[in-house]
Amino acid sequence: MLEASQLECVRGDRRLFAGVSFRLEGGELLNLQGKNGAGKTSLLRMLVGLAQPVAGEITWRGEPIRKLAEDYRAELCYMGHHNAIKEELTPLENLLASARLAGEPLSEEQALEALYAVGLAGREDLQAKYLSQGQKRRVALARLIHERRALWVLDEPFVALDVAAVDMVAGLIGAHLQRGGLAVMTTHQAVTIPAGNLREYRLGA
Amino acid sequence: MLDLLFAVIARDLKLALRRQADLVSALFFFIIVVSLFPLGVGPEMDMLRKMAPGVLWVAALLATMLTLPRLFGDDYRDGTLEQLVLAPQPLPVTVLGKMAAHWLSSGLPLTLLAPVLGLQFDLSADGLLVLTLALLVGTPSLSAIGAIGAALTLGLRGGGVLVSLLVLPLYIPVLIFGAGAVDAAVSGLGFEAHLSLLGALLAGSLFFAPWATAAALKISLE
Repeated sequence: MLEASQLECVRGDRRLFAGVSFRLEGGELLNLQGKNGAGKTSLLRMLVGLAQPVAGEITWRGEPIRKLAEDYRAELCYMGHHNAIKEELTPLENLLASARLAGEPLSEEQALEALYAVGLAGREDLQAKYLSQGQKRRVALARLIHERRALWVLDEPFVALDVAAVDMVAGLIGAHLQRGGLAVMTTHQAVTIPAGNLREYRLGA
Repeated sequence: MLDLLFAVIARDLKLALRRQADLVSALFFFIIVVSLFPLGVGPEMDMLRKMAPGVLWVAALLATMLTLPRLFGDDYRDGTLEQLVLAPQPLPVTVLGKMAAHWLSSGLPLTLLAPVLGLQFDLSADGLLVLTLALLVGTPSLSAIGAIGAALTLGLRGGGVLVSLLVLPLYIPVLIFGAGAVDAAVSGLGFEAHLSLLGALLAGSLFFAPWATAAALKISLE
């Protein structure tokens, strides 16, 4: 479903990678490996369409993603380095606002349920600036609980999380793969995803 | 699509209300700059009356400039801008929502405050009325045009200064017709033509600025 062919990335006057090709089908997880600076984040940003490859093409269900544009973005869930949560809003407001802005509104019960599931019970009405790094990451990850879009692109989803939260997120990704979803992620941690077909791709090898 | 527009406006207004310091500092800047002129020039009513439209409009432009870096800056830093760009709706609609919220939290308060400050310059009742009307029609253009500059300078060091250099020249037509409307009203001439031109500028900038801003945001994010 998701296919990348001969991707090339240049930052400044340095070529980060070239000739990157892979193919991903439903139920598969691609784990991108590589040293710091190998271009993992750059590749993920290309996959979601935030950056354009210097050469090569990315296709989704056989169509180039540039042409699909909004149709592609409607099937895509991206979590970047930043948590994309607003410090001045409470976790509950954050979750409701980001779901509404993504075009898939959540009910308040669903949002509360998601926050309880990521272990933020009792914190749902506290402004996010009073939360710890790990808790902020949990607010960001709470989005994944009701997320049913086909392709998840996750940049270091496990950063700042404790062991229990890492297991929970791994479980979420596993359940997503079991539903026939696709996922691409980068991580430096050894995490076991409980289900799905796992593949690795090493950048800059 | 309308739902998205309202969602963006509601979110940005809520954020503006939680962070009142920004809102209030731009307003105080406006008040102080405008109040410095009568103090500096002295109580010569004729001169003050002549200066009033220009001073009020220039101060409004500068106060708007102050708020521009935050228009996309915060969203850019915490990653919400990426999510907005990746939402499955057209980006210009999102941008239009952000412009509207920016105007409601900066342009509109300036407009409401202006007639009170105009009293310091001994403006006539007609003059005050036209000043308010002109600001009401003109300040949304300032938000729309300013958004382009804010998007272009996103993530650059010294973006605040750069945004002034980029945007202030583009504000000149709004300044000329806005101050001109008040001048015309004070000297008893018809001010309708000036207001219509401000309206035309607003229509043009509301149509083109969201596209230009969306394109600039995509470039800045890359």
